[in-house]
Amino acid sequence: MTKASLSHLEQLEQESIYILREVAAEFEKPVMLYSIGKDSGVMLRLAEKAFAPARIPFKVLHVNTTWKFKEMISFRDRMVRDLGLDFDEWINQEGVKNGINPFDHGTQRYTHVMKTEALKQALDAGKYDAAFGGARRDEEKSRAKERVFSFRDRFHQWDPKNQRPELWNLFNCRVNKGESIRVFPLSNWTELDVWLYILRENLPVVPLYFAKERPVVQRNGTWIMVDDDRLPLQQGEKPQMKMVRFRTLGCYPLTGAIESTADTLPKIIEEMLRSRDSERQGRVIDYDEAGSMEEKKREGYF
Amino acid sequence: MSLSRQLDEQGLDRYLDRYGKREMLRLLTCGSVDDGKSTLIGRMLYDSQTVHDDVLRATKKASDRFGTTGEAIDLALLVDGLQAEREQGITIDVAYRYFATERRKFIIADTPGHVQYTRNMATGASNCDLAVILIDARYGVLEQTRRHSFLCALLGIQHFVIAINKMDLVDWSEQRFAEIRDAYGEFASRLQVRDIHFIPMSALSGENVVHRGTSMPWFQGSPLLDHLETVHVASDKNLVDLRFPVQQVVRPNLDFRGYAGTVASGVLRVGDRIAALPSGKQSTVKSIVTFDGPLQDAWAGRAVTITLQDEIDISRGDMLVAPNNAPPLENAVEAMVVWFDGEPLLPGKQYLVKHTTRQTAAAVTDIRYRINVADLHRESATTLKMNEVGRIRIECARPLAVDAYAKNRSCGSFILIDRLTNATVGAGMIVERKTADQATGRRRAAADAGANVRLQNKRQVTPEQRKARLGQTPFVLWITGLPRAGKSSLAYGLEKWLFDHDHHAQVLDGEILRLSINRDLGFSGADRWENQRRAAEIARLNMAQGISTIVALVSPIAFERKQAREIVGGDSFFEVFCDAPLEACERRDNDGLYARARAGEIVGVTGVDAPYEVPDKPELRLDTLGDAATTNLDKVVAMLRTRGLVR
Repeated sequence: MTKASLSHLEQLEQESIYILREVAAEFEKPVMLYSIGKDSGVMLRLAEKAFAPARIPFKVLHVNTTWKFKEMISFRDRMVRDLGLDFDEWINQEGVKNGINPFDHGTQRYTHVMKTEALKQALDAGKYDAAFGGARRDEEKSRAKERVFSFRDRFHQWDPKNQRPELWNLFNCRVNKGESIRVFPLSNWTELDVWLYILRENLPVVPLYFAKERPVVQRNGTWIMVDDDRLPLQQGEKPQMKMVRFRTLGCYPLTGAIESTADTLPKIIEEMLRSRDSERQGRVIDYDEAGSMEEKKREGYF
Repeated sequence: MSLSRQLDEQGLDRYLDRYGKREMLRLLTCGSVDDGKSTLIGRMLYDSQTVHDDVLRATKKASDRFGTTGEAIDLALLVDGLQAEREQGITIDVAYRYFATERRKFIIADTPGHVQYTRNMATGASNCDLAVILIDARYGVLEQTRRHSFLCALLGIQHFVIAINKMDLVDWSEQRFAEIRDAYGEFASRLQVRDIHFIPMSALSGENVVHRGTSMPWFQGSPLLDHLETVHVASDKNLVDLRFPVQQVVRPNLDFRGYAGTVASGVLRVGDRIAALPSGKQSTVKSIVTFDGPLQDAWAGRAVTITLQDEIDISRGDMLVAPNNAPPLENAVEAMVVWFDGEPLLPGKQYLVKHTTRQTAAAVTDIRYRINVADLHRESATTLKMNEVGRIRIECARPLAVDAYAKNRSCGSFILIDRLTNATVGAGMIVERKTADQATGRRRAAADAGANVRLQNKRQVTPEQRKARLGQTPFVLWITGLPRAGKSSLAYGLEKWLFDHDHHAQVLDGEILRLSINRDLGFSGADRWENQRRAAEIARLNMAQGISTIVALVSPIAFERKQAREIVGGDSFFEVFCDAPLEACERRDNDGLYARARAGEIVGVTGVDAPYEVPDKPELRLDTLGDAATTNLDKVVAMLRTRGLVR
C-alpha cells in the first residue's frame, strides 16, 4: 500500500519521469546529453525508471572537450557498459586541429569552441529535435528563469524574451524543422535533492566527488588538480598532495577543488549542508563577469 | 535554528530521514514593482539561512553598483536574475527559487506585477498551491492587487496570504492594517478562494517574515514562514476521481504491453475495473509496474506503467477512468482562457488544443465575454488580445474527456497552440456548464446542433450604447428561498418601485417561466436545474439589452446558484435570500403545496423531502417572517443604491 501523499523527493522524481516520457512520446529524435557529473547520473537513473521495463529509447551523448578528468572518462565508459547505453561521443575536431586549449586561448574562447560549438555540431549532425540536459534552476541566477522546455532556434540560440509559457504539466512539444528544445528534467531539483537521491538510490558517482590525496596547484585562490602533463606549470609552481574533492565536475583546468576530508556519501552531504559556499563557486567560467552565464546561453551554451 | 546546529543536535541520519519525508509547497509571489517582493523573497532566503557566502559576496558587490539601500546589503538583488532587469530594476519573467526549512521544501514562483505580464503570472500560478500577494501598506488595495488576486483565483489557487508590507512606513499602525484587511476582504468575497490569511510585515526590517519582531505586538498571528510551513494543502488534491491519461504505450517485447502515465487524480488499484476513453472499452488492471518493483496501488501524482487483463486498443492521448465515474466526452468545451500571444485570438481560426496527453485541432466558436482584469467587469468582445482573459466556447475535432478545472486541475486545463508558429498562445480552464439535457441525456441531439452555430459579428449596437440610451446600469437580482418565503411578492414589489423610478426591469418567477419558455420541463432535479439555467441565460440576454432582471426561484442548490452567477457575471449578480423558517412558510400555504407534499401526493418539494442549501454569503439576507414587506423592499433598494445601480 503506497501513501497518497508524496515526499518532496518522490514528487520531484515522479515529475521528472513525466517530462522524460512526454519528450520521448512527442519528439522524433531526442537525445540525452551526458556530462558524467552527479546530475547526469540522476538523470540517467530517471530515464531508466521512466521507460522500464523497456530500454532507454534514445541516444546518450557526451560532448567531450578533451580536457575532462581521466577518472570521468573511465567512469563514463563503465556506465555505458553497465547500463548498455546507446552511446555517442562528440569532439570538435576543428578545435582539436587548431589546438584550442584553456591556457593559450582563454577560458571564454576555449569554452565557446570546445563546448558551445561542439554541442551545436553534435546536435546538427544527429538531427536531434530535443536534447535533455541536467541543469538545475538553483545553480545560478540566470538559470532561475529557464523553462523546463527551453526553445532554441535554428542557430541553437536562446532568446530570453521569446520563450513559451509553461503551464501545469502541459508542455508544448512542437518545433519546426531545424529548431529544437533543450529539456531540463531536473529544473526543480536542488543540489541537496540530487545528493539525497544519489544516497537513496545508491547511485554510482565519479570518485572525484570523494576526498582523496590528489596532486594540486593553487591558482587564483582555488586548487587546480594536475590531472595530466598538459597543465603548464608556472615558474616555481610545484604540485603538492592535498586532501581535496570536487563539488562540481568539468574540464580539469577550469574546475576548482575544495579541501575536504569527506570520503563517503553521508560525509559529502553533511559537508555540503554545513558549507557556507555554493557549488558553482568552483566553476571558473561563471566568474568571468556578472551575467556571464546569460551571455553564454544566448550563444547556445547549455 | 541554523543548519549546523540542527546537524549537531540530531545527527545526519535523523536529519536526512526527516528531510526526506518533507512535503513540498509551491507558492507564488505577486506584487507591483515597488511592493518589495524581491526584498521579501530575499529576506526569506536570508533569514532562513539558505544563502551561501559566495552568493552573498556577489550580491554585496552588485549592491554597491545597483543597490538602493545605501550601506546595507540590498536583499532584492539576491533574487533579481537577468542583466536587463537588473539594470532596469524590475523583474521581467517568472523566476523560480528554492529553499527548504525543517518542515518543508519550498518552490517559489516569483512573478512580476506589470499589466503586460499577465501571462507570466498565469504561468507561475498554474502549479502553485498558495499565493503571497503583496500590498504596500501606504497605498492599500490597488488595481494591481485586484488583478493579481483575480488571476490567482482563476488559476485555482485556494490559499492566499495577503502580505501587507512596509508597515514600518505607516508607523506599524494596527488601524491601517485593519482598513486594508477589510477593503481586501470585501473585494475577495467575489473570488471564491477558500483560505485567505492577512499578515502585516516589513520585508526590509524582517518583521513577521521569518521572525516575529517587536514592532507589532497587536498582531497575534504567525509570521509568514511559520504559516507557509504549516498551511494544510494536502486535501487540495483530487483523490476521488480516477483519471489516468496514457502517455506512452510500452512494448519492449511481444509478451509485455503496458501503458505508461502519471495518475492525474484519484487512485488506481490492481484488480480495478477501468474504462478507456474515448472508446469506452473496459478491462481490469492486471499489474502496476515500476522500475522499483510492482505496486498494488498508485495515487495521484505517481508515474507508473500498468498492464491490463484484456487486449484492448489504447494509445497515447486516451484516458483510463473508473467506469462508474467517467468524465463526459465533449467536442465543445466552455472555458476561461488567458491569451498569451501577440496575435489576438481569432474566432474560427484553427488552433491545436493540448489537454492532458491528448492533442487535437480546435476552433474557438464564441467569445462569451472578456473580463476586465482590473475591475472584474465583463465586457462583450469579438477577440482577445495578449494578456486578456475571457470566456470562450471551443470546438474540438476529437472529443476530450473533460473535468471542470475547479474540480480537477490536471484534467480541466489545456493549452492552445498556433499551428503555424507553434507558439503557446493561450491557456484554458474548463468551466462546468452542464445543462439538464446533458445530465439526463435528453435533447442531446438538439444540444449538439447548437454546436454548429457560429457566432457572426453582425452586431452594430453594443451593450454600452444600450445602457447609455436607457440611462441605467442593469443588474440581476436572484431571489432564493423556500416555497412561500415571500420571493415573488418581493420581486413584484421591487418591479413596481423600479418602474416608478424609471428603471426598466423584468420579473422571472416560476409561473412566468413554466407557462412559457419552460413548458417542456417537469419537476425532476435535472429539470429544475435547467429551469434555473434558462432563467440565468435570459437574464444574461437582458443584461446585454441594458435591462435588469429580478429572478424569484426557490433555487435550492448552492452549486446551481453559483452556476447562475457565472452565467450572468459575478459583478452584476446579487443573491437575495428570503429567510423564513419552514413552519412559517407552511402556515402561508394558501395553495396547499406543503399540505399535498406532507400527504405524500407530490414528491420533491423543497423543505419537505428535498433539501434547501442555505446561502453562505448572499449579498442580502432578508427576514421575511419578522420584517414587514415594505421594510424588506427598502433594504433591497438601499443595497442597490449603495452600489450605484438605482437613484
